Amino acid sequence: MNAATLLPAVGVAAGLAVVLGAALGWLATRLRADPDSLVERLDALLPQTQCGQCRYPGCRPYAVAIASGEAGTDRCPPGGEATARALATLLGREPRPVDPRYGETRPPQVAVIDEARCIGCALCLPACPVDAIVGAPRFVHTVIEAQCTGCELCLPPCPVDCIALLPSPGEAYRACTAPASA
Amino acid sequence: MHRAGFRMSARPVLRGGLRLESHKARPLEHSVQLLPAPSIAVLALDQGSGEEARAVVTPGTRVRVGTRVAAGIGAAADLHSPVSGEVRAVELRPTASGQGTCIVVASDGRDEREPGLAPLNWSTLDGAALLEALAGGGLAGFGGAAFPTAAKLALARVAGVELLLLNGAECEPWICCDDALLRERASDVVLGTRVMLAACGARRATIALEDDKPEARAALEAALAAAGDARLAIVVLPAVFPLGAEGLLIAAVIGREVPTGALPPEVGVVCQNVGTAAAVARYVSAGMPALTRLVTVTGSGVRRPANLEARIGTPVAELVAACGGYGDTPPAARLIAGGSLTGRALATDAVPVTKGLNCVLVATAADLPWREAQVPCIRCGDCAAVCPVALLPQQLHRAARADDLAGLARFGLTDCIECGCCDYVCPSAIPLTAGFRAARERQQLHEAERRRAVETKARYERHRRRQGEEAEAERRAFEAARRRAQSDGAGRA
Amino acid sequence: MEFPTSASPQTIAGYTVPRVMFQVLLALAPVLAVQVYLYGPGPLWLVAVACLTALASEALALALRRRPSQAALRDGSVLVTAVLLALAVPPLLPWWLLAFGTAFAVLIGKHAYGGLGQNPFNPAMVGYAVLLVSFPLEMTRWPVPGPEWDALTGATALDALRTGLRQGYTMQEVRAGAEFGRLGAAGSEWVNLAALAGGAYLLGRRIIRWQIPVAMLAGLAVPAALAHGLDPGAHAGATFHLASGATMLGAFFIATDPVSAATSDRGRLLYGAGIGLVTWIIRSWGGYPDGVAFAVLLMNLAVPLLDRVTVPRIHGHP
Repeated sequence: MNAATLLPAVGVAAGLAVVLGAALGWLATRLRADPDSLVERLDALLPQTQCGQCRYPGCRPYAVAIASGEAGTDRCPPGGEATARALATLLGREPRPVDPRYGETRPPQVAVIDEARCIGCALCLPACPVDAIVGAPRFVHTVIEAQCTGCELCLPPCPVDCIALLPSPGEAYRACTAPASA
Repeated sequence: MHRAGFRMSARPVLRGGLRLESHKARPLEHSVQLLPAPSIAVLALDQGSGEEARAVVTPGTRVRVGTRVAAGIGAAADLHSPVSGEVRAVELRPTASGQGTCIVVASDGRDEREPGLAPLNWSTLDGAALLEALAGGGLAGFGGAAFPTAAKLALARVAGVELLLLNGAECEPWICCDDALLRERASDVVLGTRVMLAACGARRATIALEDDKPEARAALEAALAAAGDARLAIVVLPAVFPLGAEGLLIAAVIGREVPTGALPPEVGVVCQNVGTAAAVARYVSAGMPALTRLVTVTGSGVRRPANLEARIGTPVAELVAACGGYGDTPPAARLIAGGSLTGRALATDAVPVTKGLNCVLVATAADLPWREAQVPCIRCGDCAAVCPVALLPQQLHRAARADDLAGLARFGLTDCIECGCCDYVCPSAIPLTAGFRAARERQQLHEAERRRAVETKARYERHRRRQGEEAEAERRAFEAARRRAQSDGAGRA
Repeated sequence: MEFPTSASPQTIAGYTVPRVMFQVLLALAPVLAVQVYLYGPGPLWLVAVACLTALASEALALALRRRPSQAALRDGSVLVTAVLLALAVPPLLPWWLLAFGTAFAVLIGKHAYGGLGQNPFNPAMVGYAVLLVSFPLEMTRWPVPGPEWDALTGATALDALRTGLRQGYTMQEVRAGAEFGRLGAAGSEWVNLAALAGGAYLLGRRIIRWQIPVAMLAGLAVPAALAHGLDPGAHAGATFHLASGATMLGAFFIATDPVSAATSDRGRLLYGAGIGLVTWIIRSWGGYPDGVAFAVLLMNLAVPLLDRVTVPRIHGHP
């Protein structure tokens, strides 16, 4: 092998590299995914509990963070493994299990106010991100079970600790139809 | 292998499907036997459609034959008492679908009819009036689905269907009550068809039979000739399972498929079972609502298989007893409500007859060969070859195991008619159909959760907007107060 | 009276995997018989070695994977792999090479991917390919068929075809050589006929379906016929290709392995046609005399794509 045969070969290889690289770069800008639609699609996969366990103030900010690459797909405990997998699949990434630092994935639950102990202070009302608690100052409060997402944000403000979390009534049926392990 | 491959004219009538041994000869050796009224009638509020009617009687109410005991709502038709006597209880009892609320009536043995039940002069009524009159008859789909007939015909009238299709196919092995009905009461079927034609407004009616029923065909042709109604015709189809499934039958008869998720009126057809037609005929000729039906009692585990005319609410045990009782050699192994492929296994013979119950199969182990050990799928593709709706059960099975909802949707889980053909031919003995049923339920749960998430999100948005508005209002009030304080101060200064 | 419950459908036809596998083994018997007639008792010994090794490897794999071994060993699927491999390799192959190939086929080709039903590649062809690539000399040493069982080894017809054409001889000149019989390769044409008979039996019993064999034979015959028609001197005709090498064995037994084949009927047609075409390409221009093994493996790679694009139209869908 001498320079006469080496030079053309190197030249062709280099030329191909330049051309293909330029083409890829141009295509990357032309075919870039619409960032807004990505956020919408990510948000649609999240469970909408608005609990803040992912350290973002709501599901949509978390979706924005995932889309921008700031956050991983492993931060949503209420969504559980299914959501973590779906988020990763949408982005074409390797699915990661839910990081326990952000919380524990629990079965669906609803908050229940012990009406005997409720003092009607109305501090839990603004805390609920989906307005599932009805009540008014000095009136007993109650949680609308169908609208509660079990996000637990009402527990801290309550001064008498009268709110408990119970398994959601739909849970038993869900357990019966869980996929077979065989 | 049992796979069917055949042609009727140039076009195959059914893709896939199975040609099975029919096992229908023994009950048809005798004519239909009339079963006496039960001493206790157990009337399930859910007669097979999945929805319960609303009971309108309470324990202690006296009822007669034909008294309405439950009001129809949604997919449940009116329910009438088949015996005269007293309502004992309204309670949970074992039924074909597990358990359900039942009205338990104790018969006084007198069989008193409800006064005021009279024949209907149906030919003088126009479509809407006829539908209203039919609605009071408790008529429901006798083919198994038990959907209220009047409601179905009304929907068909609104959609402007042009063909009324009578389903006399009875493609599933062991069941032969429709065959017996056509042999002995073809004139009832013809009358019922003409009434339903008037009710739904269709221009013509076709009665579909399978080619393994020559006696039924002859009887029907004679009845049609006697009626002389040119709008009615017969079509004979090859005996393949599951050609009797509504969507597949329609495609075979008119050559067009019902679009997925849509109902038959969309292609101009409404389908009814021949048993339903006979019940309609009885209602208009005698005023008697749907109180009895033909049930095939068969299987090697019963001594004398037969077709019985039984009252709704009769416990299955009485049907078996009327056929000689359970045999001992070989002993009865399973009790199936329905045929060998789509039937439901019953845990007890205390289950009552409902409008949707067409067969009681007392099966020995030899009657119904059962699975050996299950092994992994070897991807042989036999399941896809027999699937009548052209699904890929192999792929659905994998998607169901992986809980891959997108895959399940892509491979058409919602189009599965749960006929069981794929299970039947699978060499790995995989319970495919059971897996699809479970996957369907999980899919519905998932969809319900998604809908809930969308609503929750909307509430959250409203919550934030309200908080923003409240904060904005507070700020403006503060600004206004501050300005007022300033101008006051300036004024005073 | 109480009864046990079960989910519908309440009965099944009773076809089982062992029964299917047994039928396949039965259909392979003519091929084995012909090979024994042509080459002596060697193939019997090889089949025995392969079967024993396969069973032992499967038992080992199941033990390592901590799975119950009883049922899996009884289902006969690994025996089919073993017999196919034993029939595909030259009858003079040292038994320990075959044992290695079989063990590789079962352990890596089947169990490394998850066992029965999970292997993306045809295990027998994985074993064959490994042997061919690692021991090219032993794997291409075919005996001259005939009553003298201790005869010399010579080139196969496909070998002769390749070297002859490359050296510039015309097809007709090459064809006149001693390696060729009436239809195709001497000796090998009988093996192909036996495989065809076995395949017809399987088709009649509906153990296999017609799509893959017909598509593969067409995929091989059509390009061969076209090329032979255009340039008879440089290409062998369709009959020759169909009667030589592992064509019929491949069409009816190897390519029809359901686990590694495509899913839908249309997919299987494309899959079979692809195998036939690639076989012809390798035979005409490739570095190996017979291309069936590599063609099968290459099309196995394409199966996920084929499955994606050949989903049949569902009833009621547009």
